[in-house]
Amino acid sequence: MASHLIVVEHTGGKLVKATLAAVTAASQVGGDIHALVLGQGVDAVAAEVAPFVKQVHVGEHAGVKERAAQPFAKVIADVAKSLGVSHVWAAATGAGKDILPRVAARLDAGMASDISAVLSENTFKRPMWAGNITGTVEVTTATKVISVRPTEFAQPAPGAAGAIAAVAVDPGASKMSWVSFDAVVSDRPALSDARVVVSGGRGLKGPEGFKTIIEPLADVLGAAIGASRAVADAGWVPNDWQVGQTGKVVAPELYIAVGISGAIQHVAGMKGSKCIVAINKEPEAPIFQIADYGLVADLFKAVPELIEALKAAKA
Amino acid sequence: MKFLVTVKRVTDYEAKIKLKADKSGIVTDGVNMIMNPFDEIGVEEALRLKEKHGGEVVVLSIGGADAVAQIRSALAMGADRGILVKHDGALDSFGVAKILTKIVEKETPDVVIMGKQAIDDDSSQAGQILAELLGWGQGTFANSVVIDGGKAKVVREADGGLETVSLDLPAVITTDLRLNEPRYASLPGIMKAKKKPLDEIDASSLGVDLGLKVKVIGLEEPSAKKAGQKVPDVATLVQKLKSEAKAI
Repeated sequence: MASHLIVVEHTGGKLVKATLAAVTAASQVGGDIHALVLGQGVDAVAAEVAPFVKQVHVGEHAGVKERAAQPFAKVIADVAKSLGVSHVWAAATGAGKDILPRVAARLDAGMASDISAVLSENTFKRPMWAGNITGTVEVTTATKVISVRPTEFAQPAPGAAGAIAAVAVDPGASKMSWVSFDAVVSDRPALSDARVVVSGGRGLKGPEGFKTIIEPLADVLGAAIGASRAVADAGWVPNDWQVGQTGKVVAPELYIAVGISGAIQHVAGMKGSKCIVAINKEPEAPIFQIADYGLVADLFKAVPELIEALKAAKA
Repeated sequence: MKFLVTVKRVTDYEAKIKLKADKSGIVTDGVNMIMNPFDEIGVEEALRLKEKHGGEVVVLSIGGADAVAQIRSALAMGADRGILVKHDGALDSFGVAKILTKIVEKETPDVVIMGKQAIDDDSSQAGQILAELLGWGQGTFANSVVIDGGKAKVVREADGGLETVSLDLPAVITTDLRLNEPRYASLPGIMKAKKKPLDEIDASSLGVDLGLKVKVIGLEEPSAKKAGQKVPDVATLVQKLKSEAKAI
Protein backbone atom coordinates (compact mmCIF):
# COMPACT_ATOMS: atom_id res chain seq x y z
CA MET A 1 0.00 0.00 0.00
CA ALA A 2 1.36 3.43 -0.93
CA SER A 3 2.01 6.05 1.75
CA HIS A 4 2.96 9.65 1.34
CA LEU A 5 4.98 12.50 2.81
CA ILE A 6 4.00 16.02 1.76
CA VAL A 7 6.68 18.68 2.19
CA VAL A 8 4.72 21.67 3.47
CA GLU A 9 5.74 25.07 2.20
CA HIS A 10 5.03 28.13 4.31
CA THR A 11 5.93 31.77 4.26
CA GLY A 12 5.42 34.49 6.87
CA GLY A 13 3.91 31.98 9.27
CA LYS A 14 1.21 30.94 6.80
CA LEU A 15 0.69 27.84 4.69
CA VAL A 16 1.43 28.24 0.98
CA LYS A 17 -1.82 27.00 -0.60
CA ALA A 18 0.04 25.38 -3.49
CA THR A 19 1.15 22.68 -1.04
CA LEU A 20 -2.45 21.45 -0.84
CA ALA A 21 -2.39 20.67 -4.57
CA ALA A 22 0.24 18.07 -3.69
CA VAL A 23 -2.13 16.62 -1.08
CA THR A 24 -4.83 16.27 -3.75
CA ALA A 25 -2.41 14.51 -6.07
CA ALA A 26 -1.25 12.14 -3.32
CA SER A 27 -4.84 11.31 -2.43
CA GLN A 28 -5.40 10.28 -6.06
CA VAL A 29 -2.77 7.57 -5.53
CA GLY A 30 -4.33 6.56 -2.22
CA GLY A 31 -2.83 5.59 1.13
CA ASP A 32 -1.94 7.45 4.32
CA ILE A 33 -0.79 11.03 3.88
CA HIS A 34 1.73 12.58 6.26
CA ALA A 35 2.87 16.20 6.17
CA LEU A 36 6.21 17.63 7.27
CA VAL A 37 6.51 21.22 8.45
CA LEU A 38 10.05 22.49 9.01
CA GLY A 39 11.04 25.77 10.59
CA GLN A 40 10.77 27.64 13.86
CA GLY A 41 7.48 28.83 15.33
CA VAL A 42 5.42 26.90 12.78
CA ASP A 43 2.58 25.64 14.96
CA ALA A 44 0.04 27.78 13.07
CA VAL A 45 1.14 26.27 9.77
CA ALA A 46 0.82 22.75 11.22
CA ALA A 47 -2.71 23.58 12.37
CA GLU A 48 -3.59 24.91 8.89
CA VAL A 49 -2.51 21.73 7.15
CA ALA A 50 -3.83 19.24 9.74
CA PRO A 51 -7.43 19.06 8.35
CA PHE A 52 -6.05 17.72 5.09
CA VAL A 53 -3.72 14.93 6.19
CA LYS A 54 -3.54 11.96 8.55
CA GLN A 55 -0.58 13.24 10.56
CA VAL A 56 1.51 16.38 10.69
CA HIS A 57 5.15 16.07 11.73
CA VAL A 58 6.72 19.30 12.96
CA GLY A 59 10.50 19.55 12.79
CA GLU A 60 11.73 22.54 14.74
CA HIS A 61 15.47 23.24 14.69
CA ALA A 62 17.62 26.36 14.40
CA GLY A 63 19.22 24.77 11.34
CA VAL A 64 15.93 24.87 9.44
CA LYS A 65 14.79 28.31 10.55
CA GLU A 66 15.53 29.59 7.08
CA ARG A 67 15.03 27.47 4.00
CA ALA A 68 18.25 26.17 2.41
CA ALA A 69 18.27 23.24 0.02
CA GLN A 70 21.05 21.10 1.51
CA PRO A 71 19.93 20.90 5.16
CA PHE A 72 16.24 20.75 4.18
CA ALA A 73 16.81 17.87 1.78
CA LYS A 74 18.64 15.90 4.46
CA VAL A 75 15.88 16.36 7.01
CA ILE A 76 13.09 15.59 4.51
CA ALA A 77 14.85 12.42 3.35
CA ASP A 78 15.52 11.34 6.95
CA VAL A 79 11.83 11.71 7.87
CA ALA A 80 10.72 9.98 4.66
CA LYS A 81 12.99 7.03 5.46
CA SER A 82 11.91 6.76 9.09
CA LEU A 83 8.22 6.84 8.08
CA GLY A 84 8.91 4.37 5.29
CA VAL A 85 6.78 6.29 2.80
CA SER A 86 6.68 5.27 -0.84
CA HIS A 87 6.00 8.78 -2.21
CA VAL A 88 7.42 12.20 -1.32
CA TRP A 89 5.54 15.19 -2.73
CA ALA A 90 5.81 18.97 -2.90
CA ALA A 91 4.30 21.75 -4.98
CA ALA A 92 6.48 22.69 -7.96
CA THR A 93 7.07 26.18 -6.64
CA GLY A 94 10.50 27.82 -6.70
CA ALA A 95 11.25 26.24 -3.33
CA GLY A 96 9.94 22.84 -4.36
CA LYS A 97 12.06 22.83 -7.50
CA ASP A 98 15.12 23.90 -5.54
CA ILE A 99 14.90 21.29 -2.80
CA LEU A 100 13.02 18.22 -4.02
CA PRO A 101 15.61 16.88 -6.51
CA ARG A 102 18.14 16.72 -3.65
CA VAL A 103 15.61 14.68 -1.68
CA ALA A 104 15.31 12.33 -4.66
CA ALA A 105 19.11 12.05 -4.79
CA ARG A 106 19.28 11.12 -1.08
CA LEU A 107 16.52 8.52 -1.49
CA ASP A 108 18.01 7.14 -4.74
CA ALA A 109 14.57 7.82 -6.16
CA GLY A 110 13.27 8.80 -9.57
CA MET A 111 11.57 12.21 -9.60
CA ALA A 112 8.70 13.30 -11.81
CA SER A 113 8.77 17.11 -12.06
CA ASP A 114 5.82 19.47 -12.37
CA ILE A 115 3.20 16.78 -12.99
CA SER A 116 -0.22 17.72 -14.37
CA ALA A 117 -2.01 14.40 -13.69
CA VAL A 118 -1.73 11.21 -11.68
CA LEU A 119 -2.42 8.07 -13.73
CA SER A 120 -1.33 5.47 -11.20
CA GLU A 121 1.03 5.14 -8.23
CA ASN A 122 3.99 5.21 -10.61
CA THR A 123 2.81 6.93 -13.79
CA PHE A 124 2.15 10.62 -14.23
CA LYS A 125 1.57 13.17 -16.96
CA ARG A 126 3.79 16.21 -17.23
CA PRO A 127 4.28 19.09 -19.66
CA MET A 128 7.38 18.96 -21.90
CA TRP A 129 8.71 21.29 -24.59
CA ALA A 130 7.10 24.30 -22.90
CA GLY A 131 3.80 22.42 -22.68
CA ASN A 132 3.62 21.73 -26.42
CA ILE A 133 3.81 18.04 -25.63
CA THR A 134 2.33 16.12 -22.70
CA GLY A 135 4.60 13.30 -21.62
CA THR A 136 3.55 10.21 -19.68
CA VAL A 137 6.35 9.14 -17.38
CA GLU A 138 6.86 6.05 -15.27
CA VAL A 139 8.96 6.26 -12.11
CA THR A 140 10.67 2.89 -11.82
CA THR A 141 12.10 3.13 -8.30
CA ALA A 142 10.43 1.84 -5.15
CA THR A 143 10.44 5.33 -3.64
CA LYS A 144 9.00 8.04 -5.87
CA VAL A 145 9.51 11.79 -5.59
CA ILE A 146 7.03 14.06 -7.31
CA SER A 147 6.59 17.80 -7.70
CA VAL A 148 3.10 18.92 -8.62
CA ARG A 149 1.99 21.77 -10.89
CA PRO A 150 -0.37 23.53 -8.47
CA THR A 151 -2.71 24.90 -11.16
CA GLU A 152 -3.56 21.37 -12.30
CA PHE A 153 -4.94 20.02 -9.03
CA ALA A 154 -7.95 21.36 -7.16
CA GLN A 155 -7.65 22.24 -3.49
CA PRO A 156 -8.69 19.27 -1.31
CA ALA A 157 -11.72 19.31 0.97
CA PRO A 158 -10.86 19.55 4.67
CA GLY A 159 -11.77 16.75 7.03
CA ALA A 160 -11.06 15.90 10.65
CA ALA A 161 -7.73 17.38 11.72
CA GLY A 162 -4.87 14.90 11.70
CA ALA A 163 -2.63 14.49 14.75
CA ILE A 164 0.21 16.96 15.13
CA ALA A 165 3.45 15.72 16.65
CA ALA A 166 7.00 16.95 16.94
CA VAL A 167 9.73 15.04 15.12
CA ALA A 168 13.39 15.33 16.03
CA VAL A 169 15.45 16.52 13.06
CA ASP A 170 19.16 16.95 12.43
CA PRO A 171 20.06 19.21 9.48
CA GLY A 172 23.70 18.08 9.63
CA ALA A 173 26.71 20.03 8.39
CA SER A 174 26.05 22.14 5.35
CA LYS A 175 28.17 23.68 2.60
CA MET A 176 25.66 26.47 2.06
CA SER A 177 23.72 29.01 4.07
CA TRP A 178 20.80 31.36 3.62
CA VAL A 179 21.87 35.00 3.80
CA SER A 180 18.86 37.20 3.10
CA PHE A 181 15.59 37.61 1.24
CA ASP A 182 14.59 40.71 -0.69
CA ALA A 183 10.81 40.46 -0.97
CA VAL A 184 8.77 42.07 -3.70
CA VAL A 185 6.20 43.83 -1.58
CA SER A 186 2.69 44.19 -2.92
CA ASP A 187 -0.85 44.72 -1.69
CA ARG A 188 -2.17 42.73 -4.61
CA PRO A 189 -3.13 39.06 -4.48
CA ALA A 190 -0.30 36.61 -5.17
CA LEU A 191 0.16 35.92 -8.86
CA SER A 192 0.14 32.14 -8.42
CA ASP A 193 -3.36 31.93 -6.92
CA ALA A 194 -5.16 35.16 -7.90
CA ARG A 195 -8.64 34.81 -9.43
CA VAL A 196 -7.81 37.45 -12.01
CA VAL A 197 -4.45 38.28 -13.57
CA VAL A 198 -3.70 41.33 -15.71
CA SER A 199 -0.45 40.90 -17.62
CA GLY A 200 1.55 43.47 -19.53
CA GLY A 201 4.02 43.15 -22.35
CA ARG A 202 6.20 45.19 -24.65
CA GLY A 203 3.17 46.90 -26.18
CA LEU A 204 3.10 49.10 -23.07
CA LYS A 205 6.22 50.81 -24.41
CA GLY A 206 7.82 51.39 -21.02
CA PRO A 207 7.55 50.96 -17.26
CA GLU A 208 5.17 53.95 -17.03
CA GLY A 209 2.73 51.84 -19.05
CA PHE A 210 2.46 49.51 -16.08
CA LYS A 211 1.67 52.43 -13.80
CA THR A 212 -0.87 54.16 -16.06
CA ILE A 213 -2.48 51.21 -17.85
CA ILE A 214 -1.94 47.89 -16.04
CA GLU A 215 -2.21 48.96 -12.43
CA PRO A 216 -5.56 50.80 -12.73
CA LEU A 217 -7.01 47.84 -14.64
CA ALA A 218 -5.71 45.44 -11.99
CA ASP A 219 -7.14 47.71 -9.28
CA VAL A 220 -10.68 47.69 -10.68
CA LEU A 221 -10.55 43.88 -11.03
CA GLY A 222 -8.74 43.16 -7.75
CA ALA A 223 -6.19 41.38 -9.87
CA ALA A 224 -2.60 40.28 -9.56
CA ILE A 225 -0.15 41.66 -12.12
CA GLY A 226 1.91 39.49 -14.44
CA ALA A 227 4.34 40.25 -17.22
CA SER A 228 5.96 38.87 -20.31
CA ARG A 229 9.62 37.92 -20.23
CA ALA A 230 10.58 40.90 -22.42
CA VAL A 231 9.47 43.48 -19.90
CA ALA A 232 10.99 41.59 -16.98
CA ASP A 233 14.30 41.42 -18.88
CA ALA A 234 14.01 45.14 -19.58
CA GLY A 235 13.64 45.78 -15.86
CA TRP A 236 10.18 47.39 -16.14
CA VAL A 237 8.82 45.00 -13.51
CA PRO A 238 10.21 42.66 -10.84
CA ASN A 239 11.40 39.31 -12.25
CA ASP A 240 8.92 37.62 -9.96
CA TRP A 241 6.03 38.93 -12.14
CA GLN A 242 7.10 36.98 -15.22
CA VAL A 243 4.54 34.46 -16.44
CA GLY A 244 5.82 31.69 -18.65
CA GLN A 245 7.59 28.37 -19.21
CA THR A 246 10.47 29.45 -17.02
CA GLY A 247 8.60 31.92 -14.83
CA LYS A 248 5.29 31.46 -13.06
CA VAL A 249 2.62 29.12 -14.34
CA VAL A 250 -0.82 30.54 -13.59
CA ALA A 251 -4.37 29.39 -14.30
CA PRO A 252 -6.72 32.10 -13.04
CA GLU A 253 -10.43 32.43 -13.79
CA LEU A 254 -9.59 35.43 -15.98
CA TYR A 255 -6.30 36.32 -17.66
CA ILE A 256 -6.05 39.61 -19.52
CA ALA A 257 -2.97 39.95 -21.73
CA VAL A 258 -2.29 43.58 -22.61
CA GLY A 259 0.28 44.36 -25.28
CA ILE A 260 1.64 40.81 -25.21
CA SER A 261 2.34 39.11 -28.53
CA GLY A 262 1.95 35.57 -27.17
CA ALA A 263 5.26 33.77 -27.68
CA ILE A 264 5.14 30.01 -27.02
CA GLN A 265 7.08 30.45 -23.80
CA HIS A 266 4.59 32.99 -22.41
CA VAL A 267 1.58 30.94 -23.48
CA ALA A 268 3.10 27.94 -21.68
CA GLY A 269 2.61 29.82 -18.43
CA MET A 270 -1.04 30.88 -18.85
CA LYS A 271 -2.91 28.69 -21.34
CA GLY A 272 -4.60 26.85 -18.48
CA SER A 273 -6.51 30.03 -17.58
CA LYS A 274 -10.27 29.57 -17.65
CA CYS A 275 -10.94 32.71 -19.71
CA ILE A 276 -8.27 34.50 -21.71
CA VAL A 277 -8.66 38.04 -23.05
CA ALA A 278 -6.05 39.58 -25.33
CA ILE A 279 -5.73 43.25 -26.21
CA ASN A 280 -3.17 43.93 -28.92
CA LYS A 281 -3.01 46.19 -31.93
CA GLU A 282 -1.53 43.46 -34.18
CA PRO A 283 -4.36 41.29 -35.58
CA GLU A 284 -1.87 38.50 -36.38
CA ALA A 285 -0.37 38.36 -32.87
CA PRO A 286 -0.12 34.68 -31.79
CA ILE A 287 -1.90 35.50 -28.52
CA PHE A 288 -5.18 35.70 -30.43
CA GLN A 289 -4.89 31.98 -31.21
CA ILE A 290 -5.38 31.07 -27.58
CA ALA A 291 -7.55 33.98 -26.46
CA ASP A 292 -11.22 33.34 -25.78
CA TYR A 293 -11.89 36.99 -26.53
CA GLY A 294 -9.53 39.05 -28.64
CA LEU A 295 -9.71 42.81 -29.03
CA VAL A 296 -7.58 44.26 -31.79
CA ALA A 297 -7.11 47.80 -30.58
CA ASP A 298 -4.64 50.38 -29.35
CA LEU A 299 -4.29 49.43 -25.70
CA PHE A 300 -3.67 53.05 -24.69
CA LYS A 301 -7.26 53.79 -25.79
CA ALA A 302 -8.90 50.44 -25.15
CA VAL A 303 -7.72 49.83 -21.58
CA PRO A 304 -8.89 53.18 -20.13
CA GLU A 305 -12.21 52.54 -21.90
CA LEU A 306 -12.31 49.04 -20.39
CA ILE A 307 -11.59 50.41 -16.91
CA GLU A 308 -14.52 52.85 -17.18
CA ALA A 309 -16.82 50.14 -18.55
CA LEU A 310 -15.86 47.77 -15.71
CA LYS A 311 -16.47 50.46 -13.11
CA ALA A 312 -19.89 51.14 -14.66
CA ALA A 313 -20.69 47.41 -14.72
CA LYS A 314 -19.83 47.20 -11.02
CA ALA A 315 -22.00 50.20 -10.08
CA MET B 1 39.96 28.57 -10.90
CA LYS B 2 38.38 25.81 -12.94
CA PHE B 3 34.81 26.16 -14.17
CA LEU B 4 32.93 23.16 -15.55
CA VAL B 5 29.92 24.12 -17.67
CA THR B 6 27.40 21.73 -19.18
CA VAL B 7 25.61 22.34 -22.48
CA LYS B 8 22.71 20.37 -23.89
CA ARG B 9 21.73 20.13 -27.54
CA VAL B 10 18.01 20.92 -27.70
CA THR B 11 15.30 21.87 -30.19
CA ASP B 12 15.14 25.57 -31.01
CA TYR B 13 12.67 27.36 -28.72
CA GLU B 14 11.16 29.04 -31.77
CA ALA B 15 10.50 25.72 -33.51
CA LYS B 16 6.98 24.40 -33.77
CA ILE B 17 7.18 21.10 -31.91
CA LYS B 18 5.15 18.31 -33.50
CA LEU B 19 4.80 14.64 -32.66
CA LYS B 20 5.69 11.95 -35.17
CA ALA B 21 2.66 10.12 -36.55
CA ASP B 22 3.50 7.01 -34.48
CA LYS B 23 4.00 9.21 -31.37
CA SER B 24 7.39 7.63 -30.72
CA GLY B 25 9.04 11.02 -30.48
CA ILE B 26 8.98 14.53 -31.82
CA VAL B 27 9.68 15.39 -35.45
CA THR B 28 13.33 16.43 -35.70
CA ASP B 29 13.64 16.60 -39.52
CA GLY B 30 14.09 20.22 -40.46
CA VAL B 31 14.05 21.33 -36.80
CA ASN B 32 16.91 23.61 -35.88
CA MET B 33 18.98 22.41 -32.92
CA ILE B 34 20.61 24.88 -30.55
CA MET B 35 22.51 25.07 -27.28
CA ASN B 36 19.97 25.12 -24.43
CA PRO B 37 19.54 28.86 -23.78
CA PHE B 38 20.12 28.48 -20.03
CA ASP B 39 23.38 26.63 -20.77
CA GLU B 40 24.50 29.45 -23.03
CA ILE B 41 23.98 31.80 -20.11
CA GLY B 42 26.09 29.34 -18.07
CA VAL B 43 28.95 29.45 -20.57
CA GLU B 44 28.83 33.25 -20.52
CA GLU B 45 28.91 33.34 -16.72
CA ALA B 46 31.88 30.98 -16.62
CA LEU B 47 33.71 33.16 -19.13
CA ARG B 48 33.05 36.29 -17.06
CA LEU B 49 34.21 34.56 -13.88
CA LYS B 50 37.35 33.37 -15.65
CA GLU B 51 37.98 36.89 -16.93
CA LYS B 52 37.78 38.10 -13.33
CA HIS B 53 39.52 35.31 -11.43
CA GLY B 54 41.66 33.59 -14.04
CA GLY B 55 41.63 29.87 -14.77
CA GLU B 56 40.01 27.55 -17.23
CA VAL B 57 36.53 26.97 -18.62
CA VAL B 58 35.79 23.34 -19.52
CA VAL B 59 32.56 22.71 -21.41
CA LEU B 60 30.86 19.34 -21.47
CA SER B 61 27.95 17.79 -23.29
CA ILE B 62 26.35 14.35 -23.03
CA GLY B 63 24.85 12.85 -26.15
CA GLY B 64 25.52 11.71 -29.67
CA ALA B 65 28.23 12.89 -32.03
CA ASP B 66 26.14 15.85 -33.18
CA ALA B 67 26.42 17.43 -29.72
CA VAL B 68 29.94 18.39 -30.79
CA ALA B 69 28.37 21.36 -32.56
CA GLN B 70 27.18 22.82 -29.24
CA ILE B 71 30.57 22.22 -27.59
CA ARG B 72 32.26 24.01 -30.49
CA SER B 73 29.84 26.94 -30.06
CA ALA B 74 30.89 27.23 -26.43
CA LEU B 75 34.55 27.02 -27.41
CA ALA B 76 33.91 29.74 -29.97
CA MET B 77 32.48 31.95 -27.21
CA GLY B 78 35.77 31.48 -25.36
CA ALA B 79 35.70 28.22 -23.41
CA ASP B 80 39.11 26.52 -23.28
CA ARG B 81 38.45 22.83 -23.63
CA GLY B 82 35.57 20.53 -24.47
CA ILE B 83 34.42 17.07 -23.43
CA LEU B 84 31.79 14.98 -25.18
CA VAL B 85 30.43 12.11 -23.13
CA LYS B 86 29.01 9.84 -25.79
CA HIS B 87 25.69 8.28 -24.95
CA ASP B 88 22.88 7.13 -27.19
CA GLY B 89 19.34 6.54 -26.05
CA ALA B 90 17.31 7.84 -23.17
CA LEU B 91 18.91 9.35 -20.11
CA ASP B 92 17.14 10.80 -17.08
CA SER B 93 18.28 13.62 -14.81
CA PHE B 94 19.73 11.18 -12.28
CA GLY B 95 21.80 9.54 -15.04
CA VAL B 96 23.10 12.93 -16.18
CA ALA B 97 24.09 13.77 -12.61
CA LYS B 98 25.82 10.42 -12.10
CA ILE B 99 27.88 10.88 -15.26
CA LEU B 100 28.83 14.36 -14.09
CA THR B 101 30.00 13.08 -10.68
CA LYS B 102 32.62 10.99 -12.49
CA ILE B 103 33.74 13.95 -14.58
CA VAL B 104 33.89 16.15 -11.49
CA GLU B 105 36.03 13.52 -9.74
CA LYS B 106 38.47 13.69 -12.61
CA GLU B 107 38.42 17.43 -13.34
CA THR B 108 38.01 18.80 -9.77
CA PRO B 109 36.35 22.07 -10.81
CA ASP B 110 35.78 24.90 -8.33
CA VAL B 111 32.35 25.66 -9.76
CA VAL B 112 29.97 23.58 -11.87
CA ILE B 113 27.56 25.77 -13.83
CA MET B 114 24.45 24.25 -15.40
CA GLY B 115 21.27 25.64 -16.87
CA LYS B 116 18.28 25.66 -14.54
CA GLN B 117 16.31 23.47 -16.95
CA ALA B 118 16.56 22.08 -20.45
CA ILE B 119 13.82 23.58 -22.58
CA ASP B 120 12.87 20.21 -24.04
CA ASP B 121 12.51 18.17 -20.87
CA ASP B 122 11.77 21.05 -18.45
CA SER B 123 12.58 18.84 -15.42
CA SER B 124 15.00 21.15 -13.62
CA GLN B 125 16.65 18.37 -11.59
CA ALA B 126 20.14 17.50 -12.85
CA GLY B 127 22.07 20.34 -11.18
CA GLN B 128 20.40 19.80 -7.83
CA ILE B 129 20.89 16.01 -7.92
CA LEU B 130 24.56 16.51 -8.82
CA ALA B 131 25.07 18.90 -5.91
CA GLU B 132 23.54 16.38 -3.51
CA LEU B 133 25.55 13.42 -4.87
CA LEU B 134 28.71 15.50 -4.39
CA GLY B 135 27.66 16.80 -0.97
CA TRP B 136 28.04 20.36 -2.27
CA GLY B 137 25.98 23.49 -1.78
CA GLN B 138 23.84 24.83 -4.64
CA GLY B 139 22.71 28.21 -5.91
CA THR B 140 19.84 27.49 -8.28
CA PHE B 141 18.06 29.95 -10.59
CA ALA B 142 20.98 32.35 -10.18
CA ASN B 143 20.42 36.01 -10.91
CA SER B 144 23.95 37.03 -9.96
CA VAL B 145 27.13 35.30 -8.82
CA VAL B 146 30.04 36.85 -6.91
CA ILE B 147 33.05 34.74 -5.94
CA ASP B 148 35.21 35.88 -3.07
CA GLY B 149 37.42 34.15 -0.53
CA GLY B 150 36.55 30.58 -1.43
CA LYS B 151 32.81 31.25 -1.39
CA ALA B 152 30.17 32.11 -3.94
CA LYS B 153 27.46 34.59 -3.07
CA VAL B 154 24.49 33.80 -5.29
CA VAL B 155 21.37 35.91 -5.56
CA ARG B 156 18.57 33.58 -6.67
CA GLU B 157 15.18 34.10 -8.24
CA ALA B 158 12.77 32.85 -5.60
CA ASP B 159 9.00 33.01 -5.22
CA GLY B 160 8.14 36.52 -4.14
CA GLY B 161 11.57 38.06 -4.53
CA LEU B 162 15.31 37.53 -4.63
CA GLU B 163 17.10 35.29 -2.13
CA THR B 164 20.81 35.46 -1.35
CA VAL B 165 22.73 32.32 -0.39
CA SER B 166 26.38 31.78 0.42
CA LEU B 167 28.06 28.63 -0.92
CA ASP B 168 31.37 27.11 0.12
CA LEU B 169 33.36 26.26 -2.99
CA PRO B 170 33.29 23.90 -4.80
CA ALA B 171 29.57 24.34 -5.52
CA VAL B 172 26.92 23.89 -8.20
CA ILE B 173 25.19 26.92 -9.69
CA THR B 174 22.25 26.76 -12.09
CA THR B 175 21.47 29.74 -14.27
CA ASP B 176 18.30 31.75 -14.65
CA LEU B 177 17.29 34.00 -17.51
CA ARG B 178 18.60 37.30 -16.26
CA LEU B 179 21.99 36.17 -14.95
CA ASN B 180 23.68 37.66 -18.01
CA GLU B 181 23.35 38.27 -21.72
CA PRO B 182 25.57 35.80 -23.59
CA ARG B 183 28.12 37.17 -26.01
CA TYR B 184 28.09 36.31 -29.70
CA ALA B 185 31.04 34.23 -30.86
CA SER B 186 33.41 36.40 -32.87
CA LEU B 187 34.84 35.22 -36.17
CA PRO B 188 38.34 34.81 -34.66
CA GLY B 189 36.68 32.93 -31.81
CA ILE B 190 35.00 30.54 -34.22
CA MET B 191 38.32 29.93 -36.01
CA LYS B 192 40.19 29.34 -32.74
CA ALA B 193 37.49 26.94 -31.55
CA LYS B 194 38.37 24.46 -34.29
CA LYS B 195 41.81 23.97 -32.75
CA LYS B 196 40.82 23.78 -29.09
CA PRO B 197 40.98 20.31 -27.48
CA LEU B 198 37.74 18.29 -27.55
CA ASP B 199 37.91 14.87 -25.93
CA GLU B 200 35.36 12.14 -26.39
CA ILE B 201 34.56 9.63 -23.66
CA ASP B 202 32.09 6.76 -23.80
CA ALA B 203 29.50 7.05 -21.03
CA SER B 204 29.74 3.28 -20.57
CA SER B 205 33.42 3.62 -19.63
CA LEU B 206 32.58 5.70 -16.56
CA GLY B 207 31.26 2.76 -14.55
CA VAL B 208 27.93 4.29 -13.54
CA ASP B 209 24.56 2.59 -13.57
CA LEU B 210 22.48 4.55 -16.05
CA GLY B 211 19.31 2.50 -15.63
CA LEU B 212 16.33 4.80 -15.95
CA LYS B 213 14.62 5.87 -12.76
CA VAL B 214 12.18 7.87 -14.85
CA LYS B 215 11.02 6.54 -18.23
CA VAL B 216 9.03 8.48 -20.80
CA ILE B 217 6.45 5.93 -21.86
CA GLY B 218 4.11 8.11 -23.89
CA LEU B 219 3.86 11.43 -25.69
CA GLU B 220 0.77 13.29 -26.85
CA GLU B 221 -0.21 16.71 -28.03
CA PRO B 222 -2.49 18.45 -25.54
CA SER B 223 -6.03 18.97 -26.82
CA ALA B 224 -6.30 22.21 -28.73
CA LYS B 225 -8.15 25.00 -27.02
CA LYS B 226 -11.56 25.79 -28.42
CA ALA B 227 -11.23 28.65 -30.91
CA GLY B 228 -11.91 32.05 -29.44
CA GLN B 229 -13.62 35.07 -30.96
CA LYS B 230 -12.58 38.57 -31.82
CA VAL B 231 -14.70 41.30 -30.27
CA PRO B 232 -15.19 44.63 -32.07
CA ASP B 233 -15.07 46.95 -29.08
CA VAL B 234 -14.73 47.28 -25.30
CA ALA B 235 -18.49 47.33 -24.76
CA THR B 236 -18.90 43.94 -26.45
CA LEU B 237 -15.94 42.54 -24.49
CA VAL B 238 -17.42 43.58 -21.15
CA GLN B 239 -20.85 42.27 -22.11
CA LYS B 240 -19.43 38.88 -23.11
CA LEU B 241 -17.20 38.62 -20.04
CA LYS B 242 -20.25 39.25 -17.89
CA SER B 243 -22.95 37.16 -19.53
CA GLU B 244 -21.10 34.58 -21.63
CA ALA B 245 -17.91 33.83 -19.73
CA LYS B 246 -19.30 34.90 -16.35
CA ALA B 247 -15.74 35.96 -15.55
CA ILE B 248 -16.65 39.32 -14.01
